[in-house]
Amino acid sequence: MNEYRMLSTSGILGYGYAEESLKIGMSWEPHLIGCDGGSTDPGPYYLGAGKSFVSRLSAKRDLRLMLQAAVAAKIPCIIGTAGGAGGAPHLQDTAALVREIAREEGLSFRMALIHSEQSKPSLEERVRLGQTRPLAKMNSLDAETINRAERIVGMMGPEPFNKALDGGAQVILAGRSSDPAQWAGPAIRAGIPPAVAWYAGKMLECGAEPSVPKEPDNIFIRAREDHLVCEPPNPIRRSTPLAVANFALHENSSPIHHTEPGGLLDTSACLFEAISDRAVKVSGMTWTPAEQYTVKLEGVERAGYRAITVCGTRDPVLIGQIDSYLETHREKVRVKAASFGVPPEDYTMVVRTYGKDGVMAAWEPVKAITSHELGFVIEVVGRTQDIANAVLAMARTSMLHADFPGRLCKEGNMAFPFSPSDIELGPMFRFSIFHVVAPRDPYEMFPIEYETV
Amino acid sequence: MPRIRDIAQICKSKNAGPFMVTIDVLFEDPALYRKVKEAGVLSAALFSRLYGVAEEDVLFTPYDTASAFKATLPRLVPAGDIGDTDVYGAQQHAPLLDVEIPL
Repeated sequence: MNEYRMLSTSGILGYGYAEESLKIGMSWEPHLIGCDGGSTDPGPYYLGAGKSFVSRLSAKRDLRLMLQAAVAAKIPCIIGTAGGAGGAPHLQDTAALVREIAREEGLSFRMALIHSEQSKPSLEERVRLGQTRPLAKMNSLDAETINRAERIVGMMGPEPFNKALDGGAQVILAGRSSDPAQWAGPAIRAGIPPAVAWYAGKMLECGAEPSVPKEPDNIFIRAREDHLVCEPPNPIRRSTPLAVANFALHENSSPIHHTEPGGLLDTSACLFEAISDRAVKVSGMTWTPAEQYTVKLEGVERAGYRAITVCGTRDPVLIGQIDSYLETHREKVRVKAASFGVPPEDYTMVVRTYGKDGVMAAWEPVKAITSHELGFVIEVVGRTQDIANAVLAMARTSMLHADFPGRLCKEGNMAFPFSPSDIELGPMFRFSIFHVVAPRDPYEMFPIEYETV
Repeated sequence: MPRIRDIAQICKSKNAGPFMVTIDVLFEDPALYRKVKEAGVLSAALFSRLYGVAEEDVLFTPYDTASAFKATLPRLVPAGDIGDTDVYGAQQHAPLLDVEIPL
């Protein structure tokens, strides 16, 4: 029986995992170890700013143990969507981390960097050739949108990973990649059918999520001809049919149709069977190759500069009239900002009211406020950082001192927990490109660079 | 009448990409799942009403093999854009918890 064994260490590189899990997982003799390095989930900032959403210290800890294990067992170690968003700075930061660990630990291996950041001229050319189309409710991609973007990445499929393995790489750091691709590729290369290989990738992309208790940790998959077996190495966890089924729904718009670069994974006929009290067998998945190979593009543009402040009120008179108070506050800020030369079109102010609708905004069905205190996050996004800071400072002062009917708390309406009270958040980004492109082949957008570490 | 919070084992929300939020309800017992499905309360129309989005914008899928229901709808604001309150989309499930199911 052909069996390909894969060990995923965590949901995201840097989220952490138990060292003991890795020891047990390695004793099950995986053919491949790896971890997903990123996601769009933390929002557009990280792709735009070229920064990671996990700390360097925790990523280094996770990576060090993985590299030591991979070198000792002579198996590949693959990191997908390196550095959180897979852009050039994210990939380079992760590569620097690997070189640093190798130096400190005396490890040596052949490493491949698979690039995924796309140049603006190359994308303009693809638009001209009619190779792109929009996803969700985006407009068609045009040169102007491309040129406004701060950074654009393509999401690679499994093929570049396999090319890097063919090229002799033991450690592979990839830019933006479809989460399951780093697993599906090597499994397909080892002769596992695509349906099982892709499903295995889906089970591995978030570490121990298909287990209970669900926390960042290792997961181990045995991929075979017509099924896979999912089992967490850590003895405190168990994979159960409910946990595996729950995870099958994760972060996808449909539970049964999963669109991937080269085709469609259909899970409608999947069967989840407990084969022990801690391992689940999944079978019945199917794979339909796409007529056209497609690569998703993700891009962000700068939407302004942001500053925020946090405060709260315990005054029942104010809480009883909070909606009209916030309207008055908005008007006061508008007048005062205009007086120092900032017109309303130069900024946007949003006040989130926790205790009322701070979590769900317009989706909040509960209208009555029953809390004895309310918390506020005041946000200003300005055309420049100076504008954001100035309007926010005025918004903070007005929030503290504005008068209201029946006011008893004449020294101030708000409790501010910090000094300084205003927090400068820097550039603010928004997702601006969410399109697919039909490349000539699965490789041309993802050049591979090799080095001996 | 039992509410979703009384009978489901999982009720959760999360982004499905930056522009959509997806809401899942799972049952451990397939027989109970089938009864809930037959009751017909969980539907695209329900999500349209609870979240104030057009029914044709709700992708509603019962997933028999996992004893689960999934509904995917457009977010109020794209993740991380001005005015967003929930970048991960992880706390948008609550209106579902109190939905009553005639069993």
